[in-house]
Order: sequence, then C-alpha cells, then structure tokens
Amino acid sequence: MDANTVQPISQEKAQRTKRKSGYRQPWMLHFMVLPAAILVFIFSYIPMTGILMAFQDYKANLGLTGSPWVGLKHFKYMLENDYFLQITWNTVFFACAKIIFNLIIPIFFALLLNEVRNMGFKRSIQTLVYLPHFLSWVTLAGILIDLLARTGLVNQFLTSMFGIKPIFFLGSGGWFRFTVIFSDVWKEFGFNTIVFLAALAGINPALYEAAEVDGAGRWKQTRHITLPALVPFIIVVATLALGNVLNANFDQIFNLYNPLIYQQGDIIDTFVYREGLLSGQFSFATAVNLFKSVISIILIIISYRFAYKFAGYRIF
Amino acid sequence: MYYKTLPYRIFSTCNYVLLALVSILCLLPLYHLLMVSLSSAAPANGGLVTLWPIGLTFEAYAKTFNNTNFLSALWVSIQRTVLGTALAIFINTIAAYALSKDTRVFRARNIYLWYFVVTMLFSGGLIPSYILILKLGLMNSLFALILPGMIGVYNVILLLNFFRSIPKELEEAAFIDGAGYLRTFFNIFLPVSLPAIATISLFIMVGHWNSYFDGLIYIRDSAKLPLATFMQTIIIQADVTKLDPQAIANLSQRTIRASQIFIGALPILIVYPFLQRFFVKGIVIGAVKE
Repeated sequence: MDANTVQPISQEKAQRTKRKSGYRQPWMLHFMVLPAAILVFIFSYIPMTGILMAFQDYKANLGLTGSPWVGLKHFKYMLENDYFLQITWNTVFFACAKIIFNLIIPIFFALLLNEVRNMGFKRSIQTLVYLPHFLSWVTLAGILIDLLARTGLVNQFLTSMFGIKPIFFLGSGGWFRFTVIFSDVWKEFGFNTIVFLAALAGINPALYEAAEVDGAGRWKQTRHITLPALVPFIIVVATLALGNVLNANFDQIFNLYNPLIYQQGDIIDTFVYREGLLSGQFSFATAVNLFKSVISIILIIISYRFAYKFAGYRIF
Repeated sequence: MYYKTLPYRIFSTCNYVLLALVSILCLLPLYHLLMVSLSSAAPANGGLVTLWPIGLTFEAYAKTFNNTNFLSALWVSIQRTVLGTALAIFINTIAAYALSKDTRVFRARNIYLWYFVVTMLFSGGLIPSYILILKLGLMNSLFALILPGMIGVYNVILLLNFFRSIPKELEEAAFIDGAGYLRTFFNIFLPVSLPAIATISLFIMVGHWNSYFDGLIYIRDSAKLPLATFMQTIIIQADVTKLDPQAIANLSQRTIRASQIFIGALPILIVYPFLQRFFVKGIVIGAVKE
C-alpha cells in the first residue's frame, strides 16, 4: 500500500521538474527575442543589402541583381561635384554650431537655475523650457514661417522698436543660417539642461559648507566647486556629440528651407531626399548616403572610445 | 551666508527676471498661435493679433472640424499612434526581458545584443528602405508607418537596464513557485516596471504623433495621410496638387492654419505634464548599470 501511494507522487514530481525546466529553457528566451529580431532583420538588415546599389546604375525593373555595376562612378562624381562640397560644408557648419551652442547655453542656464532657491519657481521654469523639445518641427516650422514672414510679428516688433527694415529670415542665406541655429537652440536648450542639473544636484553639499567656512563667496564656490564637478559631464556630452558632426537635423532644415537659399541652407540629408526620391537617382543618392554613414560611424566609434576612456561612459 | 549679502541679492533678482523672461520666450510662439486661431479672420490676416484675440471666435475651429481631409488625417494619426505604441511596447519589452538575462543563463544574449546595436550605428538609408516598402506592397498601408520603426534599440537598452535593476530575489521566488520565463515576465516584471514602461510608451506615442516623413514618402493616397504629414504638405510645402478647392480656400486664412497647427500640437500639450514627470526618471533608468 505504501509503495502504491509513493509511486504516483514521485512520478508526478519527476514530471513537474521536467516541465519546469522545460519552461525555463533558453529556447523560451529565444522565442521572446524573436519578434523583435525578425522585424529588425526585415526593416534594418534587408535594406543594408540595398547599399550595393551605390556601386550600380540601379534600374527599378532590373532590380539589385540585374542592374549594371559601375564601380565607384557615383562616388567620383560626388567628390568632383562643387555643390556636394558646398552642402557638406553647410552640414558640418550647422551641426558644429548647434553642438557648441547646445553645450554652452544649457550649462549656463543650469548654473543660473541652480541659484534659484524657490523650488516652485524653479519647477515652473523647468516645465516651460522643456516644452519646445516635444513639439515637432512641422508644428514649429508652421509657427516660425508665420512669425518670421516679412509682415510677421517678429519683423513688426523689430521695426517698431528699433526701426529696422523688415528682415527676410527664411529667404536670405545668412539670416537662414542664423534662424536655423537660433531656433534649434531655442527648442533644445531646456532639455539639454537636464543632464547638467542632475550633475549639479549630485555635488556633495559639504564641499560648499567647507568653502563657506573658509570665506569663499558664491562666485568662488561656483568657480572652484561647481564648474570642476561639471567637467566630466561636459566631456561626455561633447565627445558623444562628435558622432553628430554630419547630422544637421533633416526635419528642421526640410521644414524651413526653400529653393532660394539652397546654397547656404541645403544639407546632405535633404540633398539625398531630393536627388533620390524626387529626381529618382537611386544609385547616386544611396552613394551619398553611404559616404555620410561611413564617416558618421567612424566618428561615433571614436567618440564612444573617448567617452569611455576619459569618463568611464558606456551604454550597456 | 552668501545669499544674505547685497551683491548676491542683486544678482539673484536679476537672475529671477532673466529666467522668467527666457521661459516666457519658450511659450510665446505657441501662445501667439493660439491667440491667432481664436481671432476673427480680418484682424488676423492683417497681422494685428499679438497677445490677445481680436474679435474672439471659434469659427476657425468649427471650419477645421468640418474639413473632411483634416478629420481623416486626424483619424489616421490616432490609429497609428495607438496601434503602433501598443505593438511596439509589447515586442520591445518582451525582447528586453530576455536580453536582460545573464550570459550564463542566455548564452546567445550578447550576439542578439550586437545584432540590435549594429542597426543603431548603420542603416541602409533612405532609398533602400523606400524600395523595400515598395516591394513588400506596404505603400499606402498603415503598417508602413508602424512596422519599420517599431524596434527602438535605444528603448530596448533602457528597458533592459531597468529590468536588471529589479532585485533577483523576485525572479527566483517566481521560479521556485514553478513559473517559467513567460509567466515571470507577465506576472512579475511587467507590473513592477509599469512606471518605466509608461515613460517609454509616452515617448513612443509622441514620436508617432510627430512623425511626418514616413507618411510623406510611403503614403500617396491623400485620404490616408497622417495628421503631421497632412500639415507638412498643406501648411509648409503648400502643395496644392494634393488639395481640393475647399482646402485651398482654407489655406489663405491665417486663423484656420493656426487652428490646424494648434490642434496638431494639442495631444503633446496634454501628455506633456505626465511626460515631464517621467522623463527625468526615464533618462535615469538607463543610468543604473551593474
């Protein structure tokens, strides 16, 4: 009788352990990653094979396998093209100006905000300055085109206050560049402040107390405690930005520019869009894009190396 | 104390004024837009409206909501945002859970991780992606707006780092009680990480709502355009080939343009307080590493 009752229990137990380990075998984990892996394969890896068309004269009816190979023809044409050199310069100019101002102004703003002792006021300011980051460039361009028009509010204000003749902000090259950089900083400076505010919050208050005892005023405290504490963060943000030297923000330029100011306002990404999808020069556009991505990747890898080396930064 | 000295008090006052001015400057364009949209057509077209509405009226909004093109674009945007976010969250979190496992448990983890990270660095670019959508027959389909960007590798990494910060004891307890990976994910990890998932959903939602470029290249049928693309073609490119006469008449009216832009921005303004509460945490989630 004993044997009879023990037998089924141990069998059931054995079954249960078997099933349990079955549920927790690696295939289950594979199964969980699978949907994401398939989507990435289709929408990221398959397009990568399309890069080959940069070395072809791609014709839609012949496809990737049937189109004639032309070697580096498109790259040669690209590098001998004055207009391409101009837009590369435009891209680097916009990107660098944005990187610099989006570093300096948030640091400055974070320092000023850090001096605010009224928490309610501080939080309201933060709420207001983070907002533009979440609005799309379509919305903002809609607003800016209206505000910056010849008869728009900004020109009305400038004329009545300073008697300046109306400025064509989006219609002349120099002013277009100014507008692009200014509006980008306006949109992003608040959001970029977050990192530095977090860094400032992490400074040990005992340092300030000690400085206070030694007779340091607020300016000396800022110079000798606050700024040195920010340096590692500044290094990380600046080096990571290096990877963006060829990213001048397609969305912004695309929504603000017009054929009048292509010479000073066109960038690589907008050029690729026009050449590729509007003029149908698939191969040439892909070659330009490939050129840009290769340089970007090299810059990103270098910047991550530096950030890791100098500040121990890593993403995962 | 330094903040009781006179020079610091002077500085502090100037500082408060400066910060207040700067933050008002951030809000002003949007505020002005709202005022234009609430004014009557004549003063708005004459450029007289600045900080308050002249001849307060909701006519522009009434016209906008009678515009069938606008309404269908709004509907497409709502669909893509809801469907796109739900699917993306499910697929990204479940993958992030598996990838948060240690290499000892999940030997292929690092291979998968690199498989995903490579796509962050390198992509086929605009033209090959466009040809792929064309060949898959996804042109004019809602899925062309949802599927290509669904796996946000950055989000997966944020979630993965968050999952790793959850105490191992919780998971071990579930395993001892006989739960498998799936059950542990759904019954333990998902509820515990709801705040993090909510943060990331909000970011994905905002991304979907604001996204216009995919609609521009993948959707030819003007009745299927999402709102952001609709506004881009109508207000910014002023592409009259895609418009019916009614829309062209509307276009000349500044108040209607303003009301359309404002409605387009409204969902962002609504979720913004929640976003703001979460996003600082959201950035912090990824910062905790082992």
